[in-house]
Amino acid sequence: MASAETLRERWKTLARCVCDGARLMVGQGNYDAYADHIRRTHPDREPMTPTEFFRERQNARFGVGGRGGFRCC
Amino acid sequence: MTAISRHGPWALVGALGAAALAVVATNRGESVNALWIVVAAVSVYLIAYRYYSLYIAGRVMKLDPDRATPAQRHNDGLDYVPTDKYVLFGHHFAAIAGAGPLVGPVLAAQMGYLPGLLWILAGVVLAGAVQDFMVLFVSMRRDGRSLGELIRAELGTIPGVIALFGAFLIMVIILAVLSLIVVKALAESPWGTFTVMATIPIALLMGVYSRWIRPGKIGEVSILGFVLLMLAIILGQNVAENPTLAAMFTFTGTQLCWMLIGYGFVASILPVWLLLAPRDYLSTFLKIGTIVGLALGILVLAPHLQMPAVTKFVDGTGPVWSGSLFPFLFITIACGAVSGFHSLISSGTTPKLIDNEVNARFIGYGGMLMESFVAVMALVAASVIDPGVYFTMNSPAAVVGTTPESAAAAVTAMGFAITPDTIAQTAADVGEHSIISRAGGAPTLAVGMAHIISNVIGGKTMMAFWYHFAILFEALFILTAVDAGTRAGRFMLQDLIGVAVPAFKDTASWGPSIIATGICVAAWGFFLYQGVTDPLGGVNTLWPLFGISNQMLAAIALTLCTVVIFKMKRERYAWITVVPTVWLIACTMTAGLLKVFSADPRVGFLAHADRYAAALAENRVLAPAKNLDQMRQIVFNDRIDAVLALMFVAVVVAIVVFGVMACLKAYRADRWTALEADARAVPVPAE
Repeated sequence: MASAETLRERWKTLARCVCDGARLMVGQGNYDAYADHIRRTHPDREPMTPTEFFRERQNARFGVGGRGGFRCC
Repeated sequence: MTAISRHGPWALVGALGAAALAVVATNRGESVNALWIVVAAVSVYLIAYRYYSLYIAGRVMKLDPDRATPAQRHNDGLDYVPTDKYVLFGHHFAAIAGAGPLVGPVLAAQMGYLPGLLWILAGVVLAGAVQDFMVLFVSMRRDGRSLGELIRAELGTIPGVIALFGAFLIMVIILAVLSLIVVKALAESPWGTFTVMATIPIALLMGVYSRWIRPGKIGEVSILGFVLLMLAIILGQNVAENPTLAAMFTFTGTQLCWMLIGYGFVASILPVWLLLAPRDYLSTFLKIGTIVGLALGILVLAPHLQMPAVTKFVDGTGPVWSGSLFPFLFITIACGAVSGFHSLISSGTTPKLIDNEVNARFIGYGGMLMESFVAVMALVAASVIDPGVYFTMNSPAAVVGTTPESAAAAVTAMGFAITPDTIAQTAADVGEHSIISRAGGAPTLAVGMAHIISNVIGGKTMMAFWYHFAILFEALFILTAVDAGTRAGRFMLQDLIGVAVPAFKDTASWGPSIIATGICVAAWGFFLYQGVTDPLGGVNTLWPLFGISNQMLAAIALTLCTVVIFKMKRERYAWITVVPTVWLIACTMTAGLLKVFSADPRVGFLAHADRYAAALAENRVLAPAKNLDQMRQIVFNDRIDAVLALMFVAVVVAIVVFGVMACLKAYRADRWTALEADARAVPVPAE
């Protein structure tokens, strides 16, 4: 029998997974993972702010700047 | 003992599936419960996933859990990110599932549910899921490059250009046929038109909210949008019941066609955050929610199928689309069985996000099985409604007329008894003036879904609400596709024209953008207008062209996969992709050539053109044309369609010739010649 603590942990993991999944469906990756990655691999660079990240991903999804996003069917 | 414990449960699943299929296939006379279809489908999927996809993964691909994926090699936190396999599955599924698997099976139901079901199951297991999985594998081993780049690298520059040209033609046809579905659903329907139009200000509001008020809060803004959408549906009923307002929102097909063309032009020039992105949230989440809702509805209600297993229209005389079972069933149901469009997704964002090679099986093969299940549900939804209603909704006005009396007489004569009262009552139930000749799949599916969902939630009084919910949900993601597709087409054109006029490549400057957008909209607008004004309903003409082009792309993608298998020196297993490729080539070539050269004017474009041209020479007007100008228009349209179908055939032939040459060369080579990216093991993450 799992304790209430582990159940709560599991629930949190599931909720995060669903939330990440829903965001990625509309082209938005995980900001924390991005910021962690930049801090770890490029300590000299400042990561984008969450708003900048959001806008950058939005543009990337719909091919703003000439790279077409194919979808549908 | 271990063999029994390992394979025993799967043998039971197999036996269950076989029993369910036997019930579905052999039942005659009495109606079959839809649950049998669900059980049969799910069993087939489970067995195929457990054994066939594992076989492909182990023998052909030799997926290696220790090999670095593009996400690990190029991790940038943006395009390349190692992603949890369940999260990525959702992303991939949301990208491949759209209008296709919902519409094709509905149209195919005119032959009964059995032919469509068998093709969906066999097609997905042996062709569709194999294609998605293989392309994902090929792209994943090559830094997540796109289909065009892969073909250029493995087959050569010329086949690469040919394939891209083919992809552009598909874009044009897909946008035209999707827009046609919206026009067919909204024509003369003030309720539907009002709710779909209301999505524009709702999306603009959401766009402003997520741009300046609360950037990045997708959940919040989507809930806000969803509530407003539901209010729009409820308000739509009041609009439809108020004569003045109803008149304001009642449009003919032709008017809607021009509005859509104008919309497509404006929407694809606006900044993405204003209209496209917020609408994308709504359409994506609504799509997933509706698919889940439909699945639950079928499970809870366990409806009986009213449509016969096989109708007499397998001989090719059906009113919804013309042509015999082979090859036309196999191009009518593309998405859900095998869809070439998926090769663009499997070589798009998905391969850049995989965190471990072995997960490609779950995402590529599994994702397509899921989409196939959506197609099966659409088939069920079309088959639970009264067949009389089905044929009333899907037959062209030229066949069934425009009044309940004429439609009831015509459909009863087809062998599906229905009274004028039933037709009028069904229209009243769903809150519409008329349900006659609403071909295109969406309205039929909406009636089926309304039938299923209203039996679970809300009963008869909620049926009209659920009908317009279903129409709205399809229109919403079709409009998103029109917007995104026009943009993608515009970038392709700017690239193409940019070869001659370099200044044209600048996607940020206004002149070239507007010209390229205009050309792109004109291209799909031409086919849309042709479809809307087509007295035979348009779907008759455009859907086969869409199916042929989609299957053509699948044949191209599978040819690429075959070449790669040969280059890896694993030609022993090449049958895995060769068998579906040969089948798809047989279908697209037969269908393409029949559409052009068949002597039957209902099937062949040229025969149809000749009939009208002959009448034109004698200054006679053939119904349904009303004057000589319309006659000339019909002849012109037919010839354009014939040229297009021939182009598709030519593209397939060219790619196959290049593919066979590449395979022979690889076969004669004494070593591995595939161009995979560096195979070094997973790098240790820098801490």
